[in-house]
Amino acid sequence: MALQDGTLNGSPAKSRLDFVGAAKGAAIAGVVAFGLTVVMVGFKTVDRPGGLGLETRWDWVALAVGVVVVGRFFLQLYWQVRAPKRVVRVDFGEYLATFMAHYGKYVMGIFLVLAVGMPFLPGVGRYHVDIATLVVTYIMLGWGLNIVVGLAGLLDLGYVAFYAVGAYSYALIATYYDWSFWVCLPLAGAFAAFFGILLGFPVLRLRGDYLAIVTLGFGEIIRIILLNWYSLTNGPDGVSNIPRPSFFGLPFERSPPEGLESFHSFFGIEYSSIHRIAFLYYLILVLALATNAFTIRIRKLPIGRAWEALREDEIACRSLGINPTSTKLTAFAIGAMFGGFAGSFFATRQGFISPESFTFIESAVILAIVVLGGMGSQIGVVVAAVLLIGGTEVFRELEEYRMLAFGAAMVAIMVWRPRGLLAHREPTLRLAQRRRSSGDEDAT
Amino acid sequence: MNDGAAKALLTVDHLTMRFGGLVAIDDVSFVANDTQITAIIGPNGAGKTTVFNCLTGFYAPTVGRLALDARHGMFLLERMDDFRITQRARVARTFQNIRLFPAMSVLENLVVAQHNRLMRASGYTIAGLLGFGSYRRAERDAVERARYWLDQVRLTDRADINAGNLPYGAQRRLEIARAMCTDPVLLCLDEPAAGLNPRETAELNELLLFVRNDHKIGILLIEHDMRVVMGISDHIVVLDYGRKISDGTPEAVRTDPAVIRAYLGEEEDEELPPEVAADLHLDGDGT
Repeated sequence: MALQDGTLNGSPAKSRLDFVGAAKGAAIAGVVAFGLTVVMVGFKTVDRPGGLGLETRWDWVALAVGVVVVGRFFLQLYWQVRAPKRVVRVDFGEYLATFMAHYGKYVMGIFLVLAVGMPFLPGVGRYHVDIATLVVTYIMLGWGLNIVVGLAGLLDLGYVAFYAVGAYSYALIATYYDWSFWVCLPLAGAFAAFFGILLGFPVLRLRGDYLAIVTLGFGEIIRIILLNWYSLTNGPDGVSNIPRPSFFGLPFERSPPEGLESFHSFFGIEYSSIHRIAFLYYLILVLALATNAFTIRIRKLPIGRAWEALREDEIACRSLGINPTSTKLTAFAIGAMFGGFAGSFFATRQGFISPESFTFIESAVILAIVVLGGMGSQIGVVVAAVLLIGGTEVFRELEEYRMLAFGAAMVAIMVWRPRGLLAHREPTLRLAQRRRSSGDEDAT
Repeated sequence: MNDGAAKALLTVDHLTMRFGGLVAIDDVSFVANDTQITAIIGPNGAGKTTVFNCLTGFYAPTVGRLALDARHGMFLLERMDDFRITQRARVARTFQNIRLFPAMSVLENLVVAQHNRLMRASGYTIAGLLGFGSYRRAERDAVERARYWLDQVRLTDRADINAGNLPYGAQRRLEIARAMCTDPVLLCLDEPAAGLNPRETAELNELLLFVRNDHKIGILLIEHDMRVVMGISDHIVVLDYGRKISDGTPEAVRTDPAVIRAYLGEEEDEELPPEVAADLHLDGDGT
């Protein structure tokens, strides 16, 4: 972009406008546009009796090239005229990060109020609550993975394996033993944590790319086991008729089985299918918020600081007497446990699970949420999940172009904010603040 | 010079480290005394850092015994994992190329160094998660200890900025403070004066003397800067090509013909006064 001297002081000199240059640029753009449109727009296949026929649309091509040439010409003139507004570019992302650092609590509060009140808002139907449930599920998965990737810095490409372990643990225990959701949930979490440790052991010495490859393999192994262990998992047919959760023993059914009172009759309200949907939404919301509270708290404990230190420099950690084995394994286990919780929620919500639901793309989406949100940033995960999951749902009409838009958004964010949307780290401890508070103590 | 009746803290016996066919350290034995500063010097590639890596468990020595006889017990370092050496035997180290946690604050760097004590206080996370008062007290103590060391290395006013944003000299000081926060009985410093200007070097000398005199711990020092080595060492070990060629007080080492030969080469050893000999290698290796 040629910013000429005359334009720097804000008074564009009309006489210095370079019409020839602009025309040249426009001509080049026109040639490019012609090259692109002649194939993509110029020809159209049509169904004709006796086979496919080709139809030419030269008028469309001419129109497209015309628009490009004229547009490019004026755009170049505009670039010549435009006075540079500010020499220093304001980085909106940076501004956003500092804003969040100061007002993050309030933004979180607004998010929370919105999330809690969502099902009661006017115009919100079953469909919207369903999407919100999906988004919150991914937020929870993102928060769980954030412990492993964001805090401990262990790039895990197989996180969906723990989601699957949680889902299958819940589904199998609940269908075989008929135990309630609240008993199966911690069991599913424990199973997933166990698998987290199982994965952790062989990868303790690996870092970066190598770790990513092994975790990717682990995710696939779990999926293939689920697919082939027919006697236990029912293979590709999946597990169906998974018990739905009840409201502390009150089922959400129009006509409950003998001896049980249903939710609507207990509270004396009209039966509505949205009760169950809303209950599931609140269930995942509570689970997700518990994950968040846990992460915020553990970050300020020695183990959380050790995770972050491990992410920064493992050798330095060893030299300070931090046991890298147990530190890494705890990160894997806790991250996996939350994945397992989310998995059992998924199973109870769907009522049916099969290995289809736990493919690599799920891991990729969860990882994308963590990375785009800003590694280690809790609110970043929320924003990224709303954008990625909510966004793809909103743009459902775009059909197959959805993934294209998804990819473009990812590229844009990585160019714009390579460290993620809200990559801002607050120290877990502050000396300055402490000094003020200890001064207060002295005064009293 | 310290009092004469110094007790041996670290005894290195017949330490040998081979990497395939390469002998990095060849049968080195020396003693580092408690509450004394022992310097290991030698030309580049003499095996000084390898000695440190064996000592702190980053390498398992091929042959040899590394015995630490501290107030809290006797430890054979060659049999211990690297992190246990810091945790149990309480040997702390710094690195030639600084290894801080750059994206964490200065204060956090010092609190991470107190990990094991805090882990115990937080009931291995469970009591901490539940918010027991005992953990909060332990954390307050950890911050107080960190503040003490921040005061010693004059970084208190920069406690809340990221360690990676500190200037180079401050990073070196922070790394020493961080090692001290692990509450060591032996502090191993790998070229702490590298890249420091003369004023910072003088301050480093003072800090190390303060650590030795007030905290009564042994310091093992690798250093090229003779202002540091000759200024504060109680005892010097000279390595060359993985072998120990001299061992003694600064005065004895300074005049040892073997040392002068190692630094300046064979021929001209008689002509040069020892001060020059000791300083000359600063301009490059004398081969």
